[in-house]
Amino acid sequence: MRSPIGRPLRALVRKEALQILRDPSALMIAFVLPVVLLFLFAFAVSLDVKGVRFGVVLESQGLDARALAAAYEATDYFDARFFHDRRAAEPLLVAGTIKGFVVIPEDFAARLANGDAAIQIITDGSQPNTANFTAAYARGVFQTWRNASTTVAVEPRFWFNPELSSRRVLLPGAIAIVMTIIGTMLTALVVAREWERGTMEALMSTPVTLLEMLGAKLLPYFLLGLGTMIICTLMAVTAYGMPLRGSLVALLVISACFLVPALGQGMLISALAKNQFVAAQVALLSGFLPAFLLSGFLFEIESMPAWIRAITHVVAARYFVEALQTIFLAGDIPAQIVRNSLSLLALGAVFFTAIALATHRRLD
Amino acid sequence: MSAAVELDGVVKRFDAVAALSGISGRIESGRLTGLVGPDGAGKTTLMRLIAALMIPTEGRISVAGRDSVREAPSIHRLIGYMPQSFGLYEDLSVMENLRLYADLRNLDPDARAHTFERLLHFTRLGAFTERLAGRLSGGMKQKLGLACALMAEPEVLLLDEPSVGVDPISRRELWAMVQELAGEGMAVVWSTAYLDEAERCSDVLLLNEGRIAFAGPPAELTARLEDRSFRVTDIGSDRRGLLSTLLQLDGVRDGVIQGDALRVVVADTAGADRVRTVLKTRTGTLRPAAPRFEDAFIDLLGGGPGGRSALTEHMHDVPDQRPVMVECNALTKRFGDFTATDAVDFSVQRGEVFGLLGPNGAGKSTTFRMLCGLLRPTSGSTEVAGYDLRDSPGDAKRQLGYMAQKFSLYDLLSVRQNLEFFSGAYGLRANVRRQRIDEMIEVFDLARYLNEAPVALPLGFKQRLALACALMHRPSVLFLDEPTSGVDPITRREFWLHITGLVARGVTVLVTTHFMDEAEYCDRVALMSNARVIALGSPDQLKASVASDERPDPTMEDAFIALVQRVEDDARAAPEAA
Repeated sequence: MRSPIGRPLRALVRKEALQILRDPSALMIAFVLPVVLLFLFAFAVSLDVKGVRFGVVLESQGLDARALAAAYEATDYFDARFFHDRRAAEPLLVAGTIKGFVVIPEDFAARLANGDAAIQIITDGSQPNTANFTAAYARGVFQTWRNASTTVAVEPRFWFNPELSSRRVLLPGAIAIVMTIIGTMLTALVVAREWERGTMEALMSTPVTLLEMLGAKLLPYFLLGLGTMIICTLMAVTAYGMPLRGSLVALLVISACFLVPALGQGMLISALAKNQFVAAQVALLSGFLPAFLLSGFLFEIESMPAWIRAITHVVAARYFVEALQTIFLAGDIPAQIVRNSLSLLALGAVFFTAIALATHRRLD
Repeated sequence: MSAAVELDGVVKRFDAVAALSGISGRIESGRLTGLVGPDGAGKTTLMRLIAALMIPTEGRISVAGRDSVREAPSIHRLIGYMPQSFGLYEDLSVMENLRLYADLRNLDPDARAHTFERLLHFTRLGAFTERLAGRLSGGMKQKLGLACALMAEPEVLLLDEPSVGVDPISRRELWAMVQELAGEGMAVVWSTAYLDEAERCSDVLLLNEGRIAFAGPPAELTARLEDRSFRVTDIGSDRRGLLSTLLQLDGVRDGVIQGDALRVVVADTAGADRVRTVLKTRTGTLRPAAPRFEDAFIDLLGGGPGGRSALTEHMHDVPDQRPVMVECNALTKRFGDFTATDAVDFSVQRGEVFGLLGPNGAGKSTTFRMLCGLLRPTSGSTEVAGYDLRDSPGDAKRQLGYMAQKFSLYDLLSVRQNLEFFSGAYGLRANVRRQRIDEMIEVFDLARYLNEAPVALPLGFKQRLALACALMHRPSVLFLDEPTSGVDPITRREFWLHITGLVARGVTVLVTTHFMDEAEYCDRVALMSNARVIALGSPDQLKASVASDERPDPTMEDAFIALVQRVEDDARAAPEAA
């Protein structure tokens, strides 16, 4: 009798491991890609506003007006330039030299006293995102200035991410992307490769069972995924100053749970598409892009239309991103980890059921 | 005693298309059974059905007494199967592949050392255990595949075209190994497009269009050809013209060139008489010859493709400007410290068919690629139609047509779009372009397939299309890189018919091949080994150079093997350079 973890399974796992070690592209994806991606998200991609070139049109020479102008000058958000006539600022906005400007009108003091709209903010609507947050920050500066000039001081305080640094929100997302690539893309490719090279046909003519074949593919990539996770975490914490307020155990548990649907998706793709090109395309469309767009890492799920919000429920990365952000920034919240883990495992169960239905140990 | 494999009314359909329709037969233990037939006859499908990798649509198959549908797992324990695509892991070493398959077969670790030793000795791979499988030559890969398939000491060994792309020397070794296994009582099924291999099998299953056309010992089929095979010798210069004339006669079933002679198969004595009548007006002697399996095969499938290629009428004569069309001088190519070709010299005359032969890795393809301007030589020079490939590659390339292995056609384009693309790629414009495309459609009879994808064409038509694409710009030199690898004899004959037609118009043809019967079509052959040309001459000259008392009338294959081995023995005998 054969034990459940018999010699064939061990042999296949060893073979898979040797192939990973000898294939430079697998190692690149597993170890170099995370370094590059995390670096990009840590430095190149930033949703923070800092030093936005911004015009301040000072049409009033009053004390209040000067004080407000000084507030714009003082903030880190803006790189302020001063004008005395809005006609001077307009061409610069058109040319894209400044992203917007605020007009402090002649009757600023009077409007302020009456409670009328005291300032006018004009932004470059051709870049809606930038326009939005430039306007918001400009308004914020005004409000802060007005509050400061009254007796009640409001001091905003943000929990979990006091510097409101986007890096801290993006890095867990970037980790989820890397894990999606390893879990889904890499497995989809390696199984398709066996079909392409005809090794699958040779394997199938031996007494190896379907379970052994699938298991041997999953195990090495599962371990590779966890290894990558540890590398990513180390990098995020040491190199990019990410706090890790939760525990490493929680991190590994949620990663392990995430790898179940991710690997399942990869296996399913390669069960259906038996060549590498198609497998790569499908993995890109069904794994990588949703992880990017629908996981809530770049775009908040709460602000998506209801039907897209519904789709995000079948995107494994969504649960993973939420759990990672919490574990890194807030700490272990058992209820949330359990909820997300169960969601991931449920998704995994769906994928593996589909695999069982889609594959059989035959060529036709 | 029960048969190793029993086929009972086996039908296999893919969607509506029947790949096999009603196969019944037996494959016996202790015998080598050849599975032969033209491409698309269903050989691979039958192999996969026997290997229990597919389920028959109708009928049943039993392998070693087990039903292929219900008892598939136990069949997998009893068979060794080598698929057509080399089914081993190229990034694992020879030893790691062996170990993997030993584990997959759950081989007892104690017995393992002995089994490995036996298999490595048997396949002579002992010296290469640490080499990655991907770095082995074609022949060694197949031997490793065989070793892995033999791991379980199978009762039935299934080999799907193990000799495709393998040079004659490795082919002979592989063959000897398999015969030894059959001698030990194993049932061996060897599918092949090489009919000389089929001839040496104990039994043959000849498939055609999904049905068995013949089953039994090959001699039984060959016997039907008694008194119908002939050789035409002492022909003089125009053996191609004579072949074309003879093939157009009523009652001539088949004909091929064999060096300076021809081989013809006639339907009856009336056919033979017609051949004699033709020979009276020309030089040539008709002598009876022992029938070969290939003669019988072609005869059984309805005869060869006839005598004329429409190409001959449509092609224009290549202007007779220079006698030498292709020349290479001290052509050398190094990749790092590996020398792929070493000071190769030869020149090819206008209207000559020049063959480049040699074992896998001898440097044929590298030489070829340099001649076509696809690779830059490290040193030495090449000239095509008088243009130096270094100085004026553009002019040289306009003079040459190239047909690669596996026909480089675009499967996402239709036949017409492929023609349009290649005519455009060669810079043909407007009227000329339309006219040439129409001409190719007519010559190669492609009209009914114009809107189909090349992948859906019958192999013969695919080959015609590839040739059409290479000829559209009317090249004066045509390069063919293993043009008929894995192609069945009938399609191969048709191909050579077209080539013969081109040569008649003055086109110069260079060809690489592993088929020795194709080498016989060449006017001259350069035999390469270890990056050098080791012999150069007409097929008959090469054959004569190895004739001996034991072997007064060697075949082309004998000549190939003897010449390559002679050089290797010399190299071994020479003292090691310090």
